[in-house]
Amino acid sequence: MALDKATVARIATLARIRLSEDELAGLAGELSHILTWVEQLNEVDTVGVAPMASVAATGLPMRDDRAAHDTRPEDILGNAPKAARGFFAVPKVVE
Amino acid sequence: MTGSPTSLTLAEARAALARKELSARELTEAHIAAVEAARPLNAFITETPEQALRMADASDERRARGEALPLDGIPLAIKDLFCTAGVLTTAGSHILDGFRPPYESTVTEKLWRAGAVMLGKTNLDEFAMGSSTTTSHYGPTHNPWRRPGDNRPLVPGGSSGGSAAAVAARAALGAIGTDTGGSIRQPASFCGIVGLKPTYGRCSRWGVVAFASSLDHPGPMTRTVRDAAIMLGAMAGHDPKDSTSAPVPVPDFEAALTGDIRGLRLGIPKEYRSEGMPAEIETLWDRGAGWLQERGAEIVEISLPHTKYALPAYYIIAPAEASSNLARYDGVRFGLRVEGDTLDDMYERTRAAGFGPEVRRRVLIGTYVLSAGYYDAYYLKAQRVRTLIAADFVAAFEQVDCILTPTAPSAAFAIGDKADDPIAMYLNDLFTVSADLAGLPAISVPAGRSADGLPLGLQLIGRAFDEAMVLRVAEALEKAAAFTHLPSFVADPR
Repeated sequence: MALDKATVARIATLARIRLSEDELAGLAGELSHILTWVEQLNEVDTVGVAPMASVAATGLPMRDDRAAHDTRPEDILGNAPKAARGFFAVPKVVE
Repeated sequence: MTGSPTSLTLAEARAALARKELSARELTEAHIAAVEAARPLNAFITETPEQALRMADASDERRARGEALPLDGIPLAIKDLFCTAGVLTTAGSHILDGFRPPYESTVTEKLWRAGAVMLGKTNLDEFAMGSSTTTSHYGPTHNPWRRPGDNRPLVPGGSSGGSAAAVAARAALGAIGTDTGGSIRQPASFCGIVGLKPTYGRCSRWGVVAFASSLDHPGPMTRTVRDAAIMLGAMAGHDPKDSTSAPVPVPDFEAALTGDIRGLRLGIPKEYRSEGMPAEIETLWDRGAGWLQERGAEIVEISLPHTKYALPAYYIIAPAEASSNLARYDGVRFGLRVEGDTLDDMYERTRAAGFGPEVRRRVLIGTYVLSAGYYDAYYLKAQRVRTLIAADFVAAFEQVDCILTPTAPSAAFAIGDKADDPIAMYLNDLFTVSADLAGLPAISVPAGRSADGLPLGLQLIGRAFDEAMVLRVAEALEKAAAFTHLPSFVADPR
């Protein structure tokens, strides 16, 4: 599958990565090259084969519904680029 | 003691500590000096000498009280993908600038509880995405090996290249890495050391910066098979904090090293003998099979028919999982933030500035194969092929106890080679990636040298949770190969 610049721009928006016009053109070529290569999987007959999401044989384990207090909020906020009044701070999202 | 304690194996150092010929303080000081001497390799992103000395002193105190632990006083290097409480953890990425986790990964916690000493955090490909340790935001790591008469620096392999270089250069007695497509075994092969990827679920992923959650495997990197067995024993075990951690008992891996491989059936997968395999790799592989046969193993040709589809399946599944895992890097909770006019503008600017070219490529591929209209054609297709690859191994292990293959299709290459063609770089994982997709234990053992004097590894793959078998055969292979060559660069603390 050859990806054009518009498709790369759409994926980049979904992935929230800002790309310049030049980067879009370069990536269109690189990503097309990779996708063409992975398409050799189409040679494999997978009719009736179940998809494998994980090799872990067990189902998801359940635990008691109890609050844990392993980490203090101030330790977590200590890594935030911006924090205010005990919260993460971001640009204004509501007027 | 004669010579520097940095030349001991982990098992020898453990014995010297137990006999009180050496203190943890002396062993750690020698290694701190070696880490400094190894700086030209750029193997470490962060050195933690003060912490190392504190841990060493605590170790000596425990031993004086007669309370020594299994790894007491053993200095180790930690891939900078493991969260370490209060110590900078970067994943080799600009986007984690300044991140000091308020918690400790389960695997490192287990190592410290076993008495080990942390020397520092080692370099890696950004978010463990690569086979050369050249995509790190902190610059490339150099392989301590060079070709004779050639001064060009070589890659240590990747992504756990800093760990491999540190162990090979005698700057740490052992290290931990992670393996998603070959990231422990390929650098082990390139640097002439042992690298073990355990079974999926054997070592907890909790506190490991996530790349591809269904494929990420923590494991040990050491100079001998015995050292790998010792480290795995301390790292392994069920962890309720990782829902994919296996609730199975941890055997005594060191006890598995009996040296006896008589009667074991060893599989040689015919599909790995692809056209274009370099003659020296094929010769080494044949020699390895011969050594094990001489020691009583039976050689059986087997078929793993879907081998050639493992890499393309991986390059859909791993980027898909990565695109989801890396969504958390948004400039809000940790790491880099590039300010923007709106929340979305901030996200997009932060991620553009924070991710390097290979990470960006994989996040975009992953986003594409998971997007509406392409999910079935790419992602589900790759997951179905993964089922077939895992089934190939189940069938093969009805005939054999262990599988022998080369670890990598080449020896270490020069820094900058393969940099402009992503697929050429991906092909490094040709022989390692299947064991990740199938979650099987696999080890690389240094087995010989290329025509230009660089180390080459052979790989053994075993049944799920049968690391003991893999280690037993690996030790036999190690003895037969008797690989005692030293790299051109050895950290000399004197």
